[in-house]
Amino acid sequence: MAGGKFFGGVHPEYNKDLAAARAIEAMPLAARLVVHFAQNLGAAPKPVVKKGDAVKKGQIIAEPQGFISVPIHAPTSGTVQSIDIFPHPVGADMQAAVIIPDGKDEWADGCNVERDASRFDAEAIKQIVRDAGLVGMGGAAFPTHVKLSPPKEKPIDLLIINGAECEPYLTSDHRLMLEKPAQILEGASYFAKVLGVNNVSVAIEKNKPDAIEAMRKAAEKLGIAVRGLDVVYPQGAERQLIFALVGRTVPAGALPMDVGVLVQNVGTSFAAYEAIRFARPLIERVVCVTGRGIVNPRNVLVRIGTTFGDVITYCGGQQPDAGKVIGGGPMMGVAQYSLEASVTKGTSGIVVLKQEEVAQFVGEACIRCGRCVRACPMRLNPSVLGIFAERLRFDDAGEHHVLDCIECGCCAYVCPSRRPMVHQFRRAKAEVRRKAAKAS
Amino acid sequence: MLTAVIALSALALVSSLLLAMVARAFAVPSNPKVEEIEGALPGANCGGCGLPGCGELARRIADGKADIDSCPVGGERVAQMIALIMGKSYAGGLVRKVAFILCGGDDQVAAKRFYYNGVRDCTSAAILFGGDKACQYGCMGLGTCEGVCPFDAMHMLPTGLPEVEPVKCTACGKCVAACPKHIIKLVPVDKRLHILCSSHDRGAKVRKICAVGCIGCTKCVKEGPEGAIAMQNNLAVVNYDFDIPDTVAAVCPMNTIRAISLDGSGDNAGVKAAAGGGV
Repeated sequence: MAGGKFFGGVHPEYNKDLAAARAIEAMPLAARLVVHFAQNLGAAPKPVVKKGDAVKKGQIIAEPQGFISVPIHAPTSGTVQSIDIFPHPVGADMQAAVIIPDGKDEWADGCNVERDASRFDAEAIKQIVRDAGLVGMGGAAFPTHVKLSPPKEKPIDLLIINGAECEPYLTSDHRLMLEKPAQILEGASYFAKVLGVNNVSVAIEKNKPDAIEAMRKAAEKLGIAVRGLDVVYPQGAERQLIFALVGRTVPAGALPMDVGVLVQNVGTSFAAYEAIRFARPLIERVVCVTGRGIVNPRNVLVRIGTTFGDVITYCGGQQPDAGKVIGGGPMMGVAQYSLEASVTKGTSGIVVLKQEEVAQFVGEACIRCGRCVRACPMRLNPSVLGIFAERLRFDDAGEHHVLDCIECGCCAYVCPSRRPMVHQFRRAKAEVRRKAAKAS
Repeated sequence: MLTAVIALSALALVSSLLLAMVARAFAVPSNPKVEEIEGALPGANCGGCGLPGCGELARRIADGKADIDSCPVGGERVAQMIALIMGKSYAGGLVRKVAFILCGGDDQVAAKRFYYNGVRDCTSAAILFGGDKACQYGCMGLGTCEGVCPFDAMHMLPTGLPEVEPVKCTACGKCVAACPKHIIKLVPVDKRLHILCSSHDRGAKVRKICAVGCIGCTKCVKEGPEGAIAMQNNLAVVNYDFDIPDTVAAVCPMNTIRAISLDGSGDNAGVKAAAGGGV
């Protein structure tokens, strides 16, 4: 069962001290919310509101389409001003509803009621999790109820609550573990109940000793183990986390459930607690607003749909020499071109860098030094894959397992030729998937 | 010395006899026309016909599964040669087509939304917010079409738009397929009037982000012959079945519609002056 250090990885500057000491504070309601409809991996939910509709806080404004999809709820009460195209922090312009809050912040019927969760069985919990619109809040935004529904032939014997937060700068999970440890563990207990799992572990990188301490204190009586992990990026990636914790290797193309493990983020566990105990759908989340380009780095609880511009203004605005705004962390996040981009369920952070910290470079030819090969936690050969992608040889890239790339960015981070490999792999993955879809 | 000569000659004789017998016994019956047709085809294996190469097209034509004028590169001349081989008559009437970029928004007239510093390839750049250009329909200017052109007919201009050399273009369609914005079309070489825009945005938005975009005013639709230009979702689109007089270009307030000679006939400069706009 013993784990160890996973292969590869890098040690970027963590810069977590910028916001780590700032307690989570709730941001006042913005004057205007831009709520995206596509907030989960899988099928985008279909809008069920139109311009001019009045909505209540927690009311469904988009219905899920199919199994791998969750509803979207109005983050406050107000009026739908318009439905239009807005920049989405994942790097695309997508359809969103503009909601003008009426200031009353009035819940829809049936929401925000404390209830006795012990009466819910596994199926009921899964249904609540889906109806509350829960997705993985570490960034990938995969619907939680789907993860909670492994096929019968793949029993789960270990539930890992992921508090690694290996992405540099970000401290939202860190603060949540310090301030809401009991609630996170209660949320986790519902996941464990659905899966029929007794073995629950909380995994936290050792650079957050206070969070380990807080979680241990809360976990003691529950018989839940809290484990400290080596500080290496990408420790919080599912496969790397599982290997580090219990030494199981998730095969290429397989999922954690194939080795009997399920991983849930601490933020998702907290959201599950809110949904199951208080019937509160996922309409707000903790966002770490940080970086040297922001005047007051801090962790804020914001409503889904609050624009980056409003969040940044609340945190004192940008420094005069700010040069780049990133949705998510600096390793896997996406640079934003507009502050009209709004917080989604997967937005764990907003990082603003100073101009002098923003490296501008032109990728050059691969010198075959092999640093990326040693850094790749998926044991791929990014050097060769990058060359295939560059020459549009996507079939070859597919044969060399480009689809296993988790886009963690370690290869590009260590590359002395500054090759934009992750960008190329994203293209190659899209091409390989397109071709596979065409063939089937 | 003599023994060696005799031995080798005998060996050669026996081997050649053996080869001749094997060739006869295991002969693969083939349609002689296939080879002839393949000889008539250009042999560039460009894939413009939609098949893997000239050999495959030759087989299909010989089997009657493809039309004799299926090769866009060879055009009428090759079609006539294949008609002779196949013993068919070919009426002609095939108008040569060339690739044409339906966007006039170069770096001087079209606004950009952000500074892009990633992979120099249009399809890759489109992954990030659909590209740096404010217009989501316009040319991204990173030269993916130039890269895929097997005939060196496409060149990126310093202004940020590609230019097609009609003489070299064979209408193979590689650039048409490669363009992530789908704004390259194959147009008949003898038509002169083109609308250099693909934007379906409303006029008010177009005016803000591009100085030469179609604003959907419908002036050209009214000026041209009936049915020659149609509005499709805020964009004027030319129906190339019509011959449209050059004068129609003059009514466009945005200089989006332009008279351009692709086959070298006519005077482009004069027309531009008449249209009242510098390009």
